[in-house]
Amino acid sequence: MNAELKPATAVEAQERGRSPWHDAWRRLRRNRLAVFGGIVVVTLLVLCVFGPIFSQSFRDQNLDLGSTPPSRAHWLGTDTLGRDLFSRILYGGRISMMVGITATLVALVIGVSYGAIAGFAGGKTDAVMMRIVDIMYALPFVIFVILLMVLFGRNIVLLFVAIGAVEWLTMARIVRGQAMSIKHMDYIEAARALGFSRRRIIFRHVIPNLMGPIIVYTTLTIPAVMLLEAFLSFLGLGVQPPMSSWGVLIKDGADNMEESWWLLVFPGTVFSLTLFSLNFLGDGLRDALDVRSSKD
Amino acid sequence: MLRFISHRLLQAFPVMFIIITGTFFMQRFVPGGPFTAEKAVTPEVLRNLNAYYHLDDPLWKQYRDYLWDLCPKAFHPSAFERGLDLKEAFGIDFRPSFKYPNRTVNEIIAEKLPVSLELGSYSLLIALALGLPLGVLAAIRRNTWIDYVCSAAAMTGICIPTFVLGPILVLVCAIHMGWFNASGWYGPIDRVLPCLTLGSVYAAYVARLARGGLLEVLNQDFIRTARAKGASEARVIFRHALRGGLLPVVSFLGPATAGILTGSFVIETIFQIPGLGREFVNSAFNRDYTLVLGTVILYAALIIGLNLVVDVVQVALNPKLKFE
Repeated sequence: MNAELKPATAVEAQERGRSPWHDAWRRLRRNRLAVFGGIVVVTLLVLCVFGPIFSQSFRDQNLDLGSTPPSRAHWLGTDTLGRDLFSRILYGGRISMMVGITATLVALVIGVSYGAIAGFAGGKTDAVMMRIVDIMYALPFVIFVILLMVLFGRNIVLLFVAIGAVEWLTMARIVRGQAMSIKHMDYIEAARALGFSRRRIIFRHVIPNLMGPIIVYTTLTIPAVMLLEAFLSFLGLGVQPPMSSWGVLIKDGADNMEESWWLLVFPGTVFSLTLFSLNFLGDGLRDALDVRSSKD
Repeated sequence: MLRFISHRLLQAFPVMFIIITGTFFMQRFVPGGPFTAEKAVTPEVLRNLNAYYHLDDPLWKQYRDYLWDLCPKAFHPSAFERGLDLKEAFGIDFRPSFKYPNRTVNEIIAEKLPVSLELGSYSLLIALALGLPLGVLAAIRRNTWIDYVCSAAAMTGICIPTFVLGPILVLVCAIHMGWFNASGWYGPIDRVLPCLTLGSVYAAYVARLARGGLLEVLNQDFIRTARAKGASEARVIFRHALRGGLLPVVSFLGPATAGILTGSFVIETIFQIPGLGREFVNSAFNRDYTLVLGTVILYAALIIGLNLVVDVVQVALNPKLKFE
């Protein structure tokens, strides 16, 4: 069976030629910084998801220990309550990454559907929808998010919604621009000629062809979201104890840096390294997928 | 151009209206009020306070009264009967603060805003003074080690957030080296660390945008023409390429000023600077309704105004764009 199948698939592959995705993957692999970024991101993701299973709990306190500098027992030292900093960073990373990914997904869903509908509908609908985006761009959103977090208690679901609501605007603009150009492609004409519904054309034909810019921009939105979350947590408005995020750890570190420098330096380094890697990965993807660099 | 500006200013009115309305009702739909946290308030005092601030009025009435007070007095019908005092006529009254007895929001803003503006403008200057040369240098020496060093520096600047960089600078330069004070806002030397912290992130963005913009322009035909005519490299760069190449930087200045304004919240917290940003966060916690509203209105107006200036400059620099 297998012997018979093999030649068939080989021929098929030849006939299909190399897909654009395949080309993009090859280009991405050649970009060393992007590969480095990708490896770091995946490593950190695996460490944060599975690491806490093996390490000590972040709640394990040892008040006698107090804050101790890095040692063999505690690789990155302990915090003021004697908690192992390494496991706290892993736990914090879980929350930071979860916020980053979830809020980006919120932004993604809103932005892509909004932008695709506006771009594809065109005319008056488009004008009205984009005017709304323009107006929202002018709002001082970070100020609103701060206000929202102060007033409605520091609720993590609200955090996702608030951050997602800020970040979808740029996504909508990018997707709309792309949808406008895709609209006039022949395969869309063909789909129309076949009498498919608008809905089907948007979701089955327009959006899949928008994947390039969407992937790139998603990769670049995740670090922006993580930064916003850490910013809020630093002001005491983000994630609340006993949960912690990298922003919370950095805040703790900044408060205690005179006695314990490691509490600031290690979380800060891990956080910056993550942002660094995600940005390099995003830039690499942009080059690989040949997305015209947008204004942002 | 005048049409463009007036059109945008007209457009700002609904935006401001949305902001004011949103902020006003968002604060009120949340349990708790400005006086609930105070322990030593007897019911009678509370009743008097509520009466003084009109907190017992129906919400729509409070909202209407607030908007009414916000209007410059020149537009009130009663103003002409009383005779116009110029300062009063065009000033905006943000009402008394809830938390600082005997002080109006106007007074608080007048005291705190200059500090934040000073911090912001120095930071923006640092961002441009540091970012532009770095970006231009990287673009001119493209794909050499100079480019790599500049680009790496820019990427580092982008990825180290202010709330990491600030405390580390304090730790190294103030606590260990003793060159600066760790916090405070007294002498000129206290300006160095906060402005450097806030400015460096934006310097990194400016450098990246300047490099990208310049590279795109340097590939174009008119640059080749200039070179073919025998113009010196310096003339090609400064005379021909920079004008178009810096456009991305100009359009970034809008978001950058907005970012610097909100970024100063964190900087003011780290360095204990008595600016408006820290005051805003505190006032939100304190439910100081009028102070929150006043600050939000001011920030929104600043951001909208600065965005307009940036757009005008952008069109003035770019012959391809026209005022719509």
